[in-house]
Amino acid sequence: MHNFEFVKPSSIADAVAAMSTEGAQPLSGGQTLLPTMKQRLAAPEVLVSLTGIAELQGVCMGEGGLHIGAATPHAVVAREALAHYPALASLAGGIGDPAVRNRGTIGGSVANNDPAACYPAAVLASGATVVTDRRRIAAEDYFQGMFTTALEEGEFITQVIFPIPQAAAYVKFNQPASRFALTAVFVAKFADGVRVAVTGASNNGVFRWEEAEAALSADFAAGAIAGLTVPSDDMISDLHGSAAYRANLVKVLTGRAVTAAR
Amino acid sequence: MTNVTMTVNGKSVSAPAEGRTLLVEYLRTGLGLTGTHVGCDTSQCGACVVHVDGRAVKSCTVFAMDVEGSDVRTIEGMANADGSLGVVQQAFQDHHGLQCGFCTPGMVMTTAALLAENPRPSEAEVRHGLEGNICRCTGYHNIVKAVLAASGQDADAIAAQ
Amino acid sequence: MPKDTGIGASTKRREDVRFLTGRGVYTDDLTMFGQAHAVMVRSTVAHGRIVSIDTAAVEAMPGVLAVFTGEDFKDVGGNPAGWLINSRDGTPMREPKRPVLAHGKVRHVGDAYAAVIAESYAQAKDAAQVLSDATVIEELPAIIDMKAAAADASNRVHDEIPDNICFDWGWIEDNRAAVDEAMKSAPHVVTLELTNNRLVPNAMEPRASIGEYFPGTGDYKLTTTSQNPHLTRLLVCAFVMGIPENKLQVVAPDVGGGFGSKIYHYGEEALVLAAAKRLGRPVRWTAERTESFLSDAHGRDHVTKIELGCTKQGDILAIRTETYANVGAYLSNFSTATPTFLHGTLMAGPYKVPHVYVNVKTVFTNTAPVDAYRGAGRPEATYSIERVVDKMCRELNLDPFEVRRRNLLTPDQFPYTTPVGLVYDTGNYQATLDKAVELADVAGFEARRAESARRGKLRGMGLSTWIEACGIAPSHLVGVLGARVGLYDAATVRVNATGTISVMTGAHSHGQGHETVFPQIVAEKLGIDASSVEIVHGDTAKIPFGMGSYGSRSLAVAGSAMDRAIDKIIAKGKKIAAHMLEAAEGDITFADGKFSVAGTDKAKTFGEIAFSAYVPHNYPLETLEPGLEETAFYDPANFTYPAGAYICEVEVDEGTGKVDVVSFTCADDFGNVMNPMIVEGQVHGGVGQGIGQAVLESTSYDENGQLLTGSYMDYAMPRADDVPFYTVDHSCATPCTHNPLGVKGCGEAGAIGSPPAVVNAVIDALHRGGHTHVSHIDMPVSPNRVWQAMNA
Ligand SMILES: Cc1cc2nc3c(=O)[nH]c(=O)nc-3n(C[C@H](O)[C@H](O)[C@H](O)COP(=O)(O)OP(=O)(O)OC[C@H]3O[C@@H](n4cnc5c(N)ncnc54)[C@H](O)[C@@H]3O)c2cc1C
Ligand code: FES
Ligand code: FES
Repeated sequence: MHNFEFVKPSSIADAVAAMSTEGAQPLSGGQTLLPTMKQRLAAPEVLVSLTGIAELQGVCMGEGGLHIGAATPHAVVAREALAHYPALASLAGGIGDPAVRNRGTIGGSVANNDPAACYPAAVLASGATVVTDRRRIAAEDYFQGMFTTALEEGEFITQVIFPIPQAAAYVKFNQPASRFALTAVFVAKFADGVRVAVTGASNNGVFRWEEAEAALSADFAAGAIAGLTVPSDDMISDLHGSAAYRANLVKVLTGRAVTAAR
Repeated sequence: MTNVTMTVNGKSVSAPAEGRTLLVEYLRTGLGLTGTHVGCDTSQCGACVVHVDGRAVKSCTVFAMDVEGSDVRTIEGMANADGSLGVVQQAFQDHHGLQCGFCTPGMVMTTAALLAENPRPSEAEVRHGLEGNICRCTGYHNIVKAVLAASGQDADAIAAQ
Repeated sequence: MPKDTGIGASTKRREDVRFLTGRGVYTDDLTMFGQAHAVMVRSTVAHGRIVSIDTAAVEAMPGVLAVFTGEDFKDVGGNPAGWLINSRDGTPMREPKRPVLAHGKVRHVGDAYAAVIAESYAQAKDAAQVLSDATVIEELPAIIDMKAAAADASNRVHDEIPDNICFDWGWIEDNRAAVDEAMKSAPHVVTLELTNNRLVPNAMEPRASIGEYFPGTGDYKLTTTSQNPHLTRLLVCAFVMGIPENKLQVVAPDVGGGFGSKIYHYGEEALVLAAAKRLGRPVRWTAERTESFLSDAHGRDHVTKIELGCTKQGDILAIRTETYANVGAYLSNFSTATPTFLHGTLMAGPYKVPHVYVNVKTVFTNTAPVDAYRGAGRPEATYSIERVVDKMCRELNLDPFEVRRRNLLTPDQFPYTTPVGLVYDTGNYQATLDKAVELADVAGFEARRAESARRGKLRGMGLSTWIEACGIAPSHLVGVLGARVGLYDAATVRVNATGTISVMTGAHSHGQGHETVFPQIVAEKLGIDASSVEIVHGDTAKIPFGMGSYGSRSLAVAGSAMDRAIDKIIAKGKKIAAHMLEAAEGDITFADGKFSVAGTDKAKTFGEIAFSAYVPHNYPLETLEPGLEETAFYDPANFTYPAGAYICEVEVDEGTGKVDVVSFTCADDFGNVMNPMIVEGQVHGGVGQGIGQAVLESTSYDENGQLLTGSYMDYAMPRADDVPFYTVDHSCATPCTHNPLGVKGCGEAGAIGSPPAVVNAVIDALHRGGHTHVSHIDMPVSPNRVWQAMNA
């Protein structure tokens, strides 16, 4: 690992200042960034730790739904979102393992936008808003393909706001080794329709399965998608699953998520 | 290098670190606490688990500077005050929950954190809670029994079901 | 009543206390004064010619102390294969030199061709990266697929080996015609092509080595993660570096698991020694996990076609196999024995099958070396046999339990000479099968299946009856078979003046619990407290000799040596007692820790005898040497033959193809059991690895020889929630007939017997679920593969 300068601001304002340094990169839980740096795939000159900023921590109900501070660890979300948004809490409780959940944060996960990560599915299916140090970004506009987001140079996430659906569920099928999502589906039923977001499956990162959304908006039952087929053209094909297999998983898991939704 | 200070196993300690110094390096090299092990470089094996402010973390995936001032507990700090094995440690010995011992410090630390949060876990909860700790020797049978026993449950009866 | 001390007691492990308190001392835990750090520079291509290595690019970098390349070792020896195997036509195997650092060519991704030594690890790592960038390697086409490699003489892993074949071995060649004949006339022939998947051993402690050199005496010391320090010393001294054996001490301190991968001598061990000498400082090296994946010897990797001739009632008449076994880029120390004598000789299984012929072609490829991994050859044999027997049952619509019963050897047939060269001394295979059927509640399966079905899952049950040969090895026999060294073992039992005992054993414990079990045996035999017995292992300076721990040999071979040494102690104690008690030696009996004169109440305790052996006032010096220390060597008369029956139940999720192992039952015959707790732990561990092989673990190289499963992100290790509680029994014991303890060895059983039970269960589940077109799925039976098989 290359060496770097380490700074740990205690306010958003200080973080903004620190992030304006040349070669600065935010560090949250480090559960993605540290392994990447060990492999020398990332070599920031300045690391700005966001975990010492109280304003970035916490889960609470507020305008537009559930507000989660960017530096809130998965374990805290799993605990504190339970009463407000059980499907989201259960998603957070299924990320990695306990030690990863104690450090890894929602902000880091959403910023990283790993094609096999869990949170992006919740953000997209919930129609959440990603709040940064400079603006608010709708989920639709935020995710721009695997590992790519609308974030600009030096911009960092401060909060994610989740509208609360009437019923929802996240069903994840683990990649057997890493236990990230080989494919996972988040289904959220709102008064004005159902949203289905899929992670782990597509070469373009998290996506909405619109055909299923239409079918489920008309009839929120697993059977409603029985006649649909998922095209495998854009699906990831690797050691752990062929494109056709992933396409199958998308459908199977969507059905299961609908059944599990509450 | 600057000096980084924290509390480790109840004592205030200080050792030099660079920005890139991992907590596990700080403990092993800086403080000579070699009970915490390194088994991988992708944050998956859990051999390095310690407690930071009461929560289990992978010390290979945290910079020492990022936990400056924290309260850290390692396997060396898990025995009772009189030096006898703590409850979790004793359960691992009683149930043969270790063979080569390399994964063991991480297993014990993860178990202690798990039981602090969930004092009477089910078998499934134990297995789920140990998801981030790889053991190549035991096939997990006796580790899971040890965790159940450490929580005061009848591990033999649960395993026989 | 279970005993609470001595032989057969589940004594808790004394070594646990240090491991549980963080006081174990593994190689990487040691810090040497003045130490420097080595980082290996490894090939990023699978096959290439080294054009240039610009060492000047790093020599001036901060902290860099030395750079080594293959050039530095071109005049020293190579790391040899331990067994010389002849091909069917009598020609000896091809044995290319395996250098300390690759020279001229690199032959697999991860092949180390240089090493950088620096003041700090970070500096060495930085410099290694720069040196890698400053190296020019002309890439050659990678040779990955075994059959293609054997068919193409133009592209060669080793320039001097035209068809990439190490040897083409037939076992037993003289039986071949008879086997072909039996196969031809068999009423039914079952054919199965299968792969025994390549595995990465993944001991949780990565390999590490520290070299030291003492210029004052010219002595070297190597501290290393080894299962057998004496063997490492022998290889380093006699074959690789030419250091006189008395000038090298090899120490293997606490070792965090081995499973075979730490039997072998690796180039890094020679490198740190050479570097320590050049620099006059200790030099240390510790593998990152990524390096372990790339450079530890892998296991298995066979592609086999097996045919089984039988009657319509399922009586096995003949077995014939053709196997391609991958040895990787170089021959690791046991690599030639594993696919041959540890595999071909087991191909009759526990069955009375009259005709067996095995053909094995070992092939060089541009992949990491492949060698013995827990079970070594025997899992490959067992998997082939148990899968083809299962397929026979399906093709002929026979009950798999009944078919096993028909074919298993019966107790009256022992000793039994197999058609593949072994003599099974004893066993009771029906008993273990019956026990497994009882413990697994086979009768209740249908109810469980129905319950699974209600939850939408397909349930299946799979059986495997297996045998293995362990306790390697009868030295004469293995000599005939091509082993370069005999494989006996040694122990020294030193009774100190105060009656405490140190046992120096050639076995090495890296998880097996020798520190606890060996004293149980000593204590029982001498009638003393186990706490006064200490085991010394893992140091060539303290132990006379030994071949280490692997092949489930520790108790059967090293334990037997210890047993003999204790007998010698008792014999000498009797002499001393005779003198002290003024009786004839022949009248002295030894029992319960006391030497007594038969028929009298005159007696001396063991402690009194020990004391007078060293510091007597009155001792017959002229006729009896003082001291109470004895060494014994033990050469096993035969292999030992543990055997058992395993039953697995799985649930398959039809929607996703995911297999869950929901129950696993083992009924084993390990002969006499010294510590049931530890024996059961060994079986648990082996079964965990077997389930890993069957369901999760896959080692995959792409066509360019890049390892796709080079970390835990892609190599699926079994975790706590991938396995159930296991039911383990060892009550059906038939003691080994030819070693003093009657033990057979239990370290590998779990990994040998379990994979076919799992796969048989998966096929069973699919058939019961109507997917009757699926006759086989290669391991690992991953969700993707199972789903594809169902939907093919
Ligand atoms: C063993 C293991 C298992 C895992 N399993 C899963 C899993 O099942 N599912 C899953 O979804 N994830 C999984 N993860 C990833 C985990 O959830 C990470 O915590 C997460 O992806 C990144 O969060 P972090 O806080 O650790 O971010 P960091 O690692 O600190 O940062 C990740 C990236 O985001 C940037 N960044 C961090 N914070 C911000 C911010 N506020 N604004 C802008 N950019 C920022 C960093 O610069 C970096 O590029 C796993 C990780 C490990 C080690
Ligand atoms: S060393 Fe493997 S997770 Fe930390
Ligand atoms: S005891 Fe050896 S890895 Fe767990």
